[in-house]
Amino acid sequence: MKRFLSFSLVLTMIMVILAACGTQTGGSGTKTTVTIVSSLPRTGSSKGQTDTIVNAIKMRLEEDKYAACNGNVEIKYEDLDDATAAKGAWDETKEAENANAAASNKDVMVYIGTFNSGAAKIAIPILNNAGIVMISPANTYPGLTKDGKGAEGEPAVYYPKGTRNYTRVVPADDLQGAAAGNWAKELGVTNVYILDDTELYGKGIADVFAATAEANGIKIAGRDSIDSKASDYKALMSKIAATNPDMIYFGGITQSNAGQLVKDMRAAGMTADKVKFMGPDGIYEQAFIDAAGADNAEGVYATFGGVPPAKLEGKGAEWYNAYKAKFNAEPEAYAAYGYDSTNVALAAINKSCDSINRETILKNVFATKDFDGVLGKWGFDASGDTTLTQMSGQQIKNGAFEFVQVLK
Amino acid sequence: MAASQTPSSPQAAPLVPREPFLTKRRAFSIVGLIIFLGFFAIPIYQTILLEMWDDPGQLTQQIVIGLTKGTYIAVIALGYTLVYGILELINFAHGDLFMIGAFLSLIFISLFGLDPKTSSGITIFFSLIGILGLVMLCTALMNAGIERFAYRPLRKAPRLAPLISAIGMSFVLQNLGIFLGDGLIWDKIADGLGSDAIGRVADAMGSQSVAPKNIPDLLPNGQVFFIPNSLKYTYKDLLVAVVSLGLLAGLYSFVRFTKLGKAIRATAQDRDAARLMGINADRTISVTFLIGGALGGAAGMIVGLYNGTAVFTMGFTAGLLSFTAAVLGGIGNILGSALGGLLIGLILALSDQYIGTRWSNAVIFAILVLILLFRPTGLLGQEGGQKA
Repeated sequence: MKRFLSFSLVLTMIMVILAACGTQTGGSGTKTTVTIVSSLPRTGSSKGQTDTIVNAIKMRLEEDKYAACNGNVEIKYEDLDDATAAKGAWDETKEAENANAAASNKDVMVYIGTFNSGAAKIAIPILNNAGIVMISPANTYPGLTKDGKGAEGEPAVYYPKGTRNYTRVVPADDLQGAAAGNWAKELGVTNVYILDDTELYGKGIADVFAATAEANGIKIAGRDSIDSKASDYKALMSKIAATNPDMIYFGGITQSNAGQLVKDMRAAGMTADKVKFMGPDGIYEQAFIDAAGADNAEGVYATFGGVPPAKLEGKGAEWYNAYKAKFNAEPEAYAAYGYDSTNVALAAINKSCDSINRETILKNVFATKDFDGVLGKWGFDASGDTTLTQMSGQQIKNGAFEFVQVLK
Repeated sequence: MAASQTPSSPQAAPLVPREPFLTKRRAFSIVGLIIFLGFFAIPIYQTILLEMWDDPGQLTQQIVIGLTKGTYIAVIALGYTLVYGILELINFAHGDLFMIGAFLSLIFISLFGLDPKTSSGITIFFSLIGILGLVMLCTALMNAGIERFAYRPLRKAPRLAPLISAIGMSFVLQNLGIFLGDGLIWDKIADGLGSDAIGRVADAMGSQSVAPKNIPDLLPNGQVFFIPNSLKYTYKDLLVAVVSLGLLAGLYSFVRFTKLGKAIRATAQDRDAARLMGINADRTISVTFLIGGALGGAAGMIVGLYNGTAVFTMGFTAGLLSFTAAVLGGIGNILGSALGGLLIGLILALSDQYIGTRWSNAVIFAILVLILLFRPTGLLGQEGGQKA
């Protein structure tokens, strides 16, 4: 017994020494590794969107052969999933898990994500403490960065260290909701019923829409929050029909049952020619048309905090064609944002060659100004918001979203 | 079960002597209720009643919508009540069986190539009846299988064991739903067999297994009667209500009037005594699960066609409502469950109209709590002392 004990002690010591040698040899190599992770809902009905974002990220990294600083820095990429199959959508624990994993891996220096604003609320503080820069291709909730545009105490609550580490490539909802409110006026809407899904993103954008619509002299017929897990909204739609609106605005996403909402709206006699349905970019995806059924979805309006991939110009148009040639599919709305997120991340790494660490890269991402990306010339302001403000409106025609006009 | 309502069955004497009406506990809850009504509820009720009075047409419309929804909640609730009546087991898998019913009907509809634009009314009518039969058969066999392999081996185990087993089955079925909803798998099968029909199933499911599926609008949308700006009632609503009520009536008379029904009631009342009387208890329980499964599948198809959506989580949502309906009406009692279902449908619709959609679930559970406070066994439930 005693002999066995001493034998295993010796064995353990040998292994410890070997392991130490292993890390040493790894460290003494000339190449530094920077890991870029993305945390997006890769399961569930957001998958269609995130597939194209991840494709765009990989496409950008391949262009530089997964290297930076003249080949002295090796770039690794990890595609993390913040959704669970059981929920079919992003999950708080999963997002926290991803952020913690990133924080504890010293090679991780850029975190591309999140897709959902609610998930960002969880990831930002964790990564703020770790000093990792976040670049979101899709979060639009204003309270994440802007003072006075969100709830009490926002955005300071998300940055426990007191410094900013979060940037986003899309314009926030205070701009999109207002653009939607102005577009409704242009479309000749006089009486609108506003719904939201009680979530951060949905309710926030519906609030901004309501304020803008009212300022534009549009009558608010009513305001309701829906239970996004309900099996149908027949009673609600009957209530709405009784107020005779000429538009229903829904602040929410496809995964909050937007498809069922439109189905029951049509069933209650509110056809596309009588009552318009408008939503934010959360319903601007093929999954929405699939869920509602093409017949019901026909004529639905959606705003988007940017320009659809096919309408990009200059470098953007080149990228669009390259993407289509490479993947043989249309990129979804956020793919270009995923591409430019990676773009600025690589640019920041290339600027930090002298000292590759989280702090320098973070500083250099925030310093992005007049960047010539696929989205045009843009940069980040001090709070991490993009300087882009161009929005667009689309409508479903013949079972697919079609670009209608640029919104201001 | 409806056991003690049968004249032939002896009324079981209550084992516990009736307690006086005004116990201390009850007095407290009555005071609480008065405070609740006086300070909170009545002011709200007043405005609600005024709103109802102002627009009777809208009120009628919501009552119609609510009752229609109530009928299918009742059909699902019956599945819970049947199993609870005979085994005292809350069959959590029932809601998910209902979801499988909706998926199966979408699969059969795609296989048969039914399309509201191209198929003739008569084809649709007869195919739907055929599909209803097929779906009911599949879910009935599935439910009986679940009983045979997940519940029967645990019949003598502590009561929590089959309950956990039921929750497990619920997860198994949910994952089966995700699997059935995966268009890519169907695509592979279709390619392998070179079958167009299975290709149509793949198209219906789409590429994302967990996304909601759109079920084609096959039920007639014409108006039964239509009063402008007040009442709208389509053949679709009527059909849902008629089929659901038919199933309810069929089940009630089956349990009440047939020999097998009598066996079910006897087994529910006292399994050992029933066995002594020569009733094959295992077979009777299997029959109960067959019927419960068929009802669940039928409800799945009805709801799928009515709402036009199949999604793997629909079983959980509907199951919660139906289980609440069963408890509200008195679980174990067929008429009670039906009543509970109708009530819940009604409350949901009225609450959507007058209180606000986001409060509807809270309203339902508040009413459930209030009713259980005064009638712990539910509206039509039996007092203790007997199993069913």
